[in-house]
Amino acid sequence: MLTKRIIPCLDVKDGRVVKGVNFVNLRDAGDPVELAALYDREGADELVFLDISASNEGRATMIEVVRQTAGEISIPFTVGGGISHVDDMKRLLRAGADKIGINTAAIVNPELISEGARRFGSQCIVVAVDAKYNEAWGEWEVYTHGGRKPTGIRALAWVKEAETRGAGEILLTSMDADGTKDGFDLPLTKAVSSLVGIPVIASGGAGNKEHFYDVFTEGQADAALAATIFHYKEIAVPDLKKDLKARGVEIR
Amino acid sequence: MTIAIVDYGMGNLHSVSKACERLGFDAVVTGDPSVILNASGVLLPGVGAFGDAMDHLHESGLDVVVREAAASGKPLLGICLGMQLLFDTSEEHGDHQGLGILPGRVVRFEGGSYKVPHMGWNKLEYTNASSPIFEGLEEGHVYFVHSYHVLPARKEDLLAVTDYGQPVTAIVGRGNVYGMQFHPEKSGEMGMSLLRNFMELAEGAKRA
Repeated sequence: MLTKRIIPCLDVKDGRVVKGVNFVNLRDAGDPVELAALYDREGADELVFLDISASNEGRATMIEVVRQTAGEISIPFTVGGGISHVDDMKRLLRAGADKIGINTAAIVNPELISEGARRFGSQCIVVAVDAKYNEAWGEWEVYTHGGRKPTGIRALAWVKEAETRGAGEILLTSMDADGTKDGFDLPLTKAVSSLVGIPVIASGGAGNKEHFYDVFTEGQADAALAATIFHYKEIAVPDLKKDLKARGVEIR
Repeated sequence: MTIAIVDYGMGNLHSVSKACERLGFDAVVTGDPSVILNASGVLLPGVGAFGDAMDHLHESGLDVVVREAAASGKPLLGICLGMQLLFDTSEEHGDHQGLGILPGRVVRFEGGSYKVPHMGWNKLEYTNASSPIFEGLEEGHVYFVHSYHVLPARKEDLLAVTDYGQPVTAIVGRGNVYGMQFHPEKSGEMGMSLLRNFMELAEGAKRA
């Protein structure tokens, strides 16, 4: 059986890790390559790099970070953030990324999913969806631009379209749960997981080990992603995996 | 001693080559027949479609070279698509002839309730634990990404399977020829150990 995956996410700006990294045993906690290698050693199943650089220079730096990371780690990694063209995908894949995450650009131009899947294979294309519950609709709405802009698009219809267009995976972030540490958004995760036939990575809201157990069982997620709680060592990856395994979850 | 990583224009070979380096082996990414035939071991990686890969191999004449390398007795390892290419035929987007180094065919997953592609970490189950490729290694998890899988014609060529609703061919081997359906270079410690075992076989073959 496939195991459930634990995925730390690194926010990288101009080649440096931003947003709370608090590792005492790193020479340089801001170095994404070194941090990635540490997570690999700790047993993370995969990594996600989110490039939040605003400039072209920052993006160019990311290519170099990807190249170095690919040489240092032996687990798959996804790169997302600011990718709007298949040429961007090609550059990152050639540099050694295993998968490409696309979010806003896919909403603006859904053809990007189809073209990426055709050129590089579905397994390379991760469609990231930021969703927030819309009371009036009684279902979730897709947000873009880092969760700031409502799109008027229904999240469930969108993930289905993404799958049909050839997405290999959905990275699902709940804007309601993100940053709360109250747990993953189980109703949203379950709704998406039971709707699509591709793996779903749940993101947003992780605060303790129990939350991971819940999202893998009740939420039916294939993978769970978190940033702060791993970076600040509130939860250590080896502990988390040991705990989940003891509770009967399939874990590497 | 040098490991030749066959470059035939399919996929990114950077990760495989770096993995060899990290293990302390000298690896060269090459499409040069003489380099491949003089190497102590040969890696045939591959990502993409079977038909395209065979076209590339054929156009460059590397199909002949890889067959020759296999016949020479030097350790050869096909990775992912590279393993599938070792077999007779594939039904990926039409019918294609493979290298025919090992007998068997490549077929699509009958998905059923299982998601296709088979993507993620799955556990190896040895069907022939005495193979030198498993030297010192307990069954562990490795990283798979594939929509087609191999049905070897000879049961004894199967070294390990993984469970994905059915036993899926994970490692094959016969004599000096090996294949791994998963990505050892992306499979953490377990994958690196399997690669190391292969490299050591190559090193041993060179010495002998």
